[in-house]
Amino acid sequence: MAKFKKKTKTEESIPTSALPDIIFMLLFFFMVTTVLREQELLVEQKLPQASQLQKLEKKSLISYLYVGKPKNPSMYGSEPRIQANDALITTNDILLWVNQEKDNLSEAERDQIYISLKADRDVKMGPIADIQLELREADARKILYASVGKTTAE
Amino acid sequence: MARKKNRMSQEVNAGSMADIAFLLLIFFLVTTTIASDKGITTILPPKQDPNVPPPDIKKNERNIFKILINSNDQLLVEDDFRDNSEGLDQEVKEFVLNFGNPDQENMDLFNSLPPSLKGEAGRSPESSDHPNEAVVSIKTNRGTSYELYLEVLDLVKKAYFEIYAERVGLTADEYRALSSRSAAEKELMERGKENIPMAISIAEPDKTGE
Repeated sequence: MAKFKKKTKTEESIPTSALPDIIFMLLFFFMVTTVLREQELLVEQKLPQASQLQKLEKKSLISYLYVGKPKNPSMYGSEPRIQANDALITTNDILLWVNQEKDNLSEAERDQIYISLKADRDVKMGPIADIQLELREADARKILYASVGKTTAE
Repeated sequence: MARKKNRMSQEVNAGSMADIAFLLLIFFLVTTTIASDKGITTILPPKQDPNVPPPDIKKNERNIFKILINSNDQLLVEDDFRDNSEGLDQEVKEFVLNFGNPDQENMDLFNSLPPSLKGEAGRSPESSDHPNEAVVSIKTNRGTSYELYLEVLDLVKKAYFEIYAERVGLTADEYRALSSRSAAEKELMERGKENIPMAISIAEPDKTGE
């Protein structure tokens, strides 16, 4: 029986010195893949709640318009403003902005552009209607009223 | 110069490095919010040519479900005053599926519906003739809050989605999650919508009372 005696010379502990490296690799992966908000919000954003939410399939087709009260009222006043990309714009600029956004898309996708209207829940219908009128003018008629899911069970 | 003491071990203890990295990892995992692109979709009407007057559409009063919202966020639904939107989805559903005066084509549509939807048909002569004629009209004021407008639009959409979903034997949530990418799901989507157009008219708001 002595023949099958276990060899005791092998080390029994697993080397863990590479563990931090593995974890760091994971960490870097998450840090790199995390997309931070591309732009700073200049207006207040408390999205309204809705239950009939739909998800859009192609993210590249979406352009965002933010509507709400400015965060810095001493500079921009307290009336709801529209933010596109990084700047506050007026309703008259929407036409130009839509055309710029359309230029970023390929020829075939241009008329499929979706405008995601991220409006604060305290905004009145007046500015929203003005925006919609401009969007009709710019022929960007597909709209997504961005909203968050209702938490209450139905 | 004093000599360095050699008794201490020279190596830095790296055993807790993994813990630190884990802490960072968990921090990033928790703080990361995935941007959501969810919302209620609509399609605006095409732009109006100022030279062409808007088409004069003759539509029977009974085929239009009118929802008016004023600047105090009060509602006038089919000429009835109310101050909240409760139960609106059920009313819209009954309105769309009323089948008051269907022609032959829409009678076939009625016969193809599942029994649960047939039960909604009130056959009232005061309400819509058939789903192809039915239009839900939402008119707001410039002073109406966006939140209430979206709430009403949400309820109207809910009514339609519930009808669509019930036709194909799904729940409304499952129906909305269908994507047009896979052929089978697209077919289900088409079958739900067939012959019941989602006719929601959003009128331009009144100028008064802002």
